[in-house]
Amino acid sequence: MKKQASNYRNVSENPCNMCMPLGGILAFKGIEGSMTVLHGSQGCATYMRRTISEHYEEPVDVASSSLNEKGTVFGGEDNLKKALENVRLIYNPQIIGVLTTCLAETIGEDIGRITSRYLQGQEITGLPIINVPTPGYGGSHSEGYWLTVYRIVCFLAEKTAKHNKVNVIVPHISTADLREIKRLLAAMGIDYTLLPDYTDTLDAPYSKPYQKSPAGGTKIEEIRKMSGARATLEMGITIDDAQSAGKYLRDEFGVPLFRVPLPVGIENTDLFFSTLKEIANYGTESAGMKSSGTDLPEEIKKARGRLLDGMFDSHKHNFEGQAVIFGEPEQVYAVTKLCLENGIKPAIMATGSRTKKIEQILQQEFDKLSDFDSEYSILGDTDFSHILEQCKNRKINIAIGHSEGKILTERAEIPLVRFGFPVIDRVGGQRILSVGYEGSLRFLDRITNTLLENKYKNYRANMFALFYEAKVR
Amino acid sequence: MDARKSNPAIEERKHSILTKGEQNQQLKCNTDSVAGCVSQRACVYCGARVVLNPITDAVHLVHGPIGCASYTWDIRGSLTSGADLFRFSFSTDLQEMDVIFGGEGKLTRAIDDLVEKYHPPLIFVYSTCIVGVIGDDLEAVCKAAAQKHGIEVIPVQSSGFIGSKSAGYKAACDALLRLIQVPQGEEIQKGNAINYLGEFNLAGELWIIKNYLQRVGIKLNVALTGDSSYKNLKKATKAYLNIVQCAGSMNYIASQMKELYDIPYLNISFIGIEDTSESIRKIARTFQDLEMMRRTEELIQAETAAILPQIAYYRSKLQGKKAAIYVGGGFKAISLIKQFGELGIDVVMVGTQTGRQEEYDTINNLVSKGTVIMDDTNPSELERFIMEKEADLLVGGVKERPLAYKMGIAFIDHNHDRKHPLSGYVGAVNFAREVYATVCSPVWKYREQGGEP
Repeated sequence: MKKQASNYRNVSENPCNMCMPLGGILAFKGIEGSMTVLHGSQGCATYMRRTISEHYEEPVDVASSSLNEKGTVFGGEDNLKKALENVRLIYNPQIIGVLTTCLAETIGEDIGRITSRYLQGQEITGLPIINVPTPGYGGSHSEGYWLTVYRIVCFLAEKTAKHNKVNVIVPHISTADLREIKRLLAAMGIDYTLLPDYTDTLDAPYSKPYQKSPAGGTKIEEIRKMSGARATLEMGITIDDAQSAGKYLRDEFGVPLFRVPLPVGIENTDLFFSTLKEIANYGTESAGMKSSGTDLPEEIKKARGRLLDGMFDSHKHNFEGQAVIFGEPEQVYAVTKLCLENGIKPAIMATGSRTKKIEQILQQEFDKLSDFDSEYSILGDTDFSHILEQCKNRKINIAIGHSEGKILTERAEIPLVRFGFPVIDRVGGQRILSVGYEGSLRFLDRITNTLLENKYKNYRANMFALFYEAKVR
Repeated sequence: MDARKSNPAIEERKHSILTKGEQNQQLKCNTDSVAGCVSQRACVYCGARVVLNPITDAVHLVHGPIGCASYTWDIRGSLTSGADLFRFSFSTDLQEMDVIFGGEGKLTRAIDDLVEKYHPPLIFVYSTCIVGVIGDDLEAVCKAAAQKHGIEVIPVQSSGFIGSKSAGYKAACDALLRLIQVPQGEEIQKGNAINYLGEFNLAGELWIIKNYLQRVGIKLNVALTGDSSYKNLKKATKAYLNIVQCAGSMNYIASQMKELYDIPYLNISFIGIEDTSESIRKIARTFQDLEMMRRTEELIQAETAAILPQIAYYRSKLQGKKAAIYVGGGFKAISLIKQFGELGIDVVMVGTQTGRQEEYDTINNLVSKGTVIMDDTNPSELERFIMEKEADLLVGGVKERPLAYKMGIAFIDHNHDRKHPLSGYVGAVNFAREVYATVCSPVWKYREQGGEP
């Protein structure tokens, strides 16, 4: 086995990530009645709205303080206050998220002071304004997402009576995945607070009349009470501690924390359910807490059986797979596990995110495998030029990740299974299901079928070239 | 609060919205967006990037944090007949330490790396918001790099906050002017070929028009900037005439080229049958060649006759429908109003991101009484007037599309990443077919029901 993990560059060629505020917008989309203001120049909001809109096929209204030259030189307080006022007038939000951009961070705006002065000046009470420092040079959209979830919890959670709910904190996944997680939690009889919950805000049903602020999202009251929950289930093993809402709830309010990976693949999904069982049984003896049951519902057991059945059915095809996997760290880890379980060799695992944790965790996974006989590279803080470079002279025949990976298909003829964010060159990015036993099987089928399609497309020509033209001796 | 919600009129926006026949004052335009109004506009950098990006063999290096490059990667549907380096996204990916200590060193190293790897004849370096704030000397870095590598390295002053998208157009034109400038003392040999300005070869549109011009005997010198290359752009000053399609982005360089190189220019449009025919006539007329005029009329007649049956068919299906328009520039809006007229469709709402006063005057003259005209609008105003005016379809870009669909109305993509041409006669048919496909789709018959079975 061989490995490789180095990556320094003066220039990013074809990025594998987006910037922090985009992740922040996504997190705020999961709170009921929320509206986001980007403090900075106009383009940031527009570009991020466009990207999110294209993936989810949903209107994404994000305001900008539209900083101009004057605001940049003399401070953007007036612009931000006006933006808050107009947003309140047009959208009547229950909560406002203020995200900073590179510009606002660099000129050193004191957002906290500006927003509190705004609230005082207008004599507004009961409207939380949460600000999150998200400079574009501070990290990728993935870090922006986690930091924003963390800040939301820090701002809202308050001391409250113990209750029976479980906090479920999720990474940025498709709305289909989010919906599936809710279904699984319900099937397990678990009373939960899901954060952030953008199932309806970023995948709203058609309704008449049009809703400017789509219904749905985690209720603010629920977030306040996350501090009294029975436990927190944080689906994020790549989160830095400083951005972990689950850790905050544990440290500040003593809510037990269970951290699990995204339930993709059999092992991660098993771990998801066994953790749910553990949580359900956790402290059931203490008064007033009822057990949520310990056994898996029949339907879920069957789904697990069907996943295994499907894995066996397709394992030989999958054995031919050599994969390049890229995207947000949490997703990259989950997909790598799925590949390893099915005999697909993960050859390159890459993320544009800057967290070092993913590299360590993946390395641990490989260290556990004594018989992994292939070369592999783990690339953090990387770009597609580097990924493409790594693909050279290696028999990689499948790519798994978001739409920007189409460059691998274009330049190296590696077929792409679309997964993660953004999926902007196909419809239905929001409907891609990959979590749980059922989702994992569908995901695996997509991978296997792409391998098969590629094989069948080329095998006649390949065999002809190999054996007819080359005249086998 | 509920009353406010149903009528989200922001005081400062009032003069940016007019209803024809009801108000007489001029529409307020060409101003900064109002903070918090969720404008659909992008920034200065965006304006510069979209204009220069179709130059196919240049390295387009974004000096800034990763987002600016990442949101604009391969964003245009511009096609190339040669190099495709323009489809790559290069960024200095500034980090916190670069912001604190300055990014000039990293920029220099980035240019060195790119030259070594790609050997480009030309590099554009775009400045972004923070570069403007931390004060990196782009000019000096580019100059030094140009000397070191013996290629042209041109800075594009496009810090996001220094104005609106139009300021970005100007920054791009300034960069182009530097590129095409003739060395001192050198005499310009004028040919009889023409330049095509404000044309970005979306879905091959440049090639369509080039073919028409060739058929009447007019040679194309170079397009700015669709499918252009360093070598071709260097010939730009040798043209006999400049024709300008996207006036918003390129009128400025056209007037500069008139002043500096004595090249006259014509505003033309190849959107819609009427504008296409009239534009070819206008161009041919400048050559004062009777034979050319004859060929022009022949072409117009042949092309029009070939598509009229299809247009007539779509018109019969679309007659009496109502359209709303929200696009980037005034030029496009004007052409669209005429084109909808060709299809029997009435325009009930029309707005642009960066339209100029004279364009809004033209729009006002073209539309019927009661039509709402607006500058730099936002989703909530779009929603309100689409409802009030009972539009059947909206024309716009990516961000407007989900709004139209969520409201249950038809939508036309008139944006820069589309995959089908809308220029010329073939484009007119494509447009009519697209309008028909969306307005007359069977899906809308379910819209009244909402979620109720």
